[in-house]
Amino acid sequence: MSFLKIESISKTYGESDSIVHALDDISLSIKLGEFVAIMGESGAGKSTLLSVMGAMNTPTLGKYYVDDIDVYALSTEQKADFRREYLGFVFQSFHLIPYLTILENVMLPITNLKIPKSKKESMAMQTLEWVGIDSKSKRLPNQISGGEKERCAVARAIVNAPPVLLADEPTGNLDSRNSKDVMALLTRLNNNGATVIMVTHSTKCATYAQRIIQLRDGSIAKENSISSEKQDPVKAA
Amino acid sequence: MTLKDIAFKNLMRRKAKSGFIFAGLVIGVATVVAVVTFTDTMSQDIQHKMEKYGANILIVPHTDSLTLSYAGVTLGGVSFEMTPIVQSQLSEIRKIKNYANIAAVGPIVLGAVELRNQRALLTGVDFKATQILKPWWKVNGAKPGVNQLLSGSEAARILGLKIGQSVNINGKQMTVSGILSPTGSQDDQLLFAHMKTAQTLLGKPDEVSLVEVAALCNACPINDMVNQIAQKLPSAKVMAIQQVVGARMETLTQLRKFSFGLSIVVVLIGGLVVLVTLMGSVKERTREIGIFRAIGFRKSHIIRIILIETSVISLIAGLMGYLLGLGAVWAGFSLWKKHSTTLIAADPLVALGAICMALLVGLAASAYPAGLASRLDPNQALATL
Repeated sequence: MSFLKIESISKTYGESDSIVHALDDISLSIKLGEFVAIMGESGAGKSTLLSVMGAMNTPTLGKYYVDDIDVYALSTEQKADFRREYLGFVFQSFHLIPYLTILENVMLPITNLKIPKSKKESMAMQTLEWVGIDSKSKRLPNQISGGEKERCAVARAIVNAPPVLLADEPTGNLDSRNSKDVMALLTRLNNNGATVIMVTHSTKCATYAQRIIQLRDGSIAKENSISSEKQDPVKAA
Repeated sequence: MTLKDIAFKNLMRRKAKSGFIFAGLVIGVATVVAVVTFTDTMSQDIQHKMEKYGANILIVPHTDSLTLSYAGVTLGGVSFEMTPIVQSQLSEIRKIKNYANIAAVGPIVLGAVELRNQRALLTGVDFKATQILKPWWKVNGAKPGVNQLLSGSEAARILGLKIGQSVNINGKQMTVSGILSPTGSQDDQLLFAHMKTAQTLLGKPDEVSLVEVAALCNACPINDMVNQIAQKLPSAKVMAIQQVVGARMETLTQLRKFSFGLSIVVVLIGGLVVLVTLMGSVKERTREIGIFRAIGFRKSHIIRIILIETSVISLIAGLMGYLLGLGAVWAGFSLWKKHSTTLIAADPLVALGAICMALLVGLAASAYPAGLASRLDPNQALATL
């Protein structure tokens, strides 16, 4: 059964003569626990699609459901709550808050939860342990490497255990070794039941997914399912 | 971690911006505190001096006919139908509730005398009280003793009086001990002698024509004091010299209006500094706010972060501004009035007002930038990279 359902979504920018169709009548279903890679050339609409799925970019036409919730029928504040409960974001440029420590950055999504501070800290520390940078918890983002920043970004995205993880070019700023480590992390998350939707340019990274969606000019050009043996390079390694 | 932690950490990180908002508020609050404290202190100082600048209450006998004018107030001092004031009654004034506010009580006896075949008005006064009641008097020669006379400048000219000269008044030899420099008042036309001497010469023993009272009315309404004296002296008519009282109140009102106007301008400028700086800060933090919104922060969370930041700065700025303003007034008074005895007191109400004002200005000026930040579209905010 579909957990995320996109129905005939279109997104246009600009008006009359200068109109740009970023997404053109896209329909898509993603099951809970799936690992999906979205690929395409620059300007194909990958990031727009991800921001629509992230409840941050209202489509011009169409409907978007997550867990049977009509996401764009929600109010602005309800959408914020929805993002906090259902979605985790991993951004290409990490987007860590520079004046907060690694631990505090990871605690951000749970800042407003009504639980004791010690509990929040222990949740964040456990997540940092899980991604392997617990020893850097007291450092500031500018005091750690790019790979560690990406791990921190992943930790922040999963600290409140959202069912869906949206990753926008998670390896875009990393070398091959760190890319491999981050992809291994995302695979582990997926194996633990999280739905992972990743936008990537990298064919190598896309092979970690169970399904690859190719976008061209705002439309789905091709969809491929990958065999499990090929899809799990961590195990293969 | 809480929203407060985020706000504090951001303040520490953006020290220059925080410092600019802090400085704007401190200068604003300090100026307002300085102006208010300076105005209040000056008002008290001026009031104190003005109150010493002559009488502001007159006590005259009750009468049906008004025949004499003195000090701009029409009196019935020499009317046939009047009940004269007896000098011994004046001790009753000491029993009024606001006696502590009375600086001087000056009984006066008035009467016409013949001198060198001309008529003149002889005035018996208490020369000790005149030091407060008529501080503008400048005596050439000496103040009179027993059987001596002080002449107003015009009276001396018309009567041809000179210091040391002996004159006969109502059959008694009197020496001119001094002549007043011109005052521009009715005093220039009069002859002055000690109360007892004048009463004897005029044949009015223990009689008083009128009484001048100088009241220090910082903490008391002058009309209350008039009523209190009237109750103690039921046979006399007690009145405030409205012109004097009105002028004093007008001066103080003008001072207060000026300080109020100046304070509003300074507060507006302080508010604008906060507004402009925070607008810049919000723009600078667009990406950061976008991240907060993307990971599920509500609009209210963003607003709270910004308001917490402003509140912290405003509270400290309010306290600092108060101390700075008070210090500026103290330094100003020390510099310009080295021998001043004026007391500049630390008023807890002004301190509280300063802190509240800083908080109010800070929060009011940050309301718009905070609202603007909370309305940032997370997708657009993240796209501004």
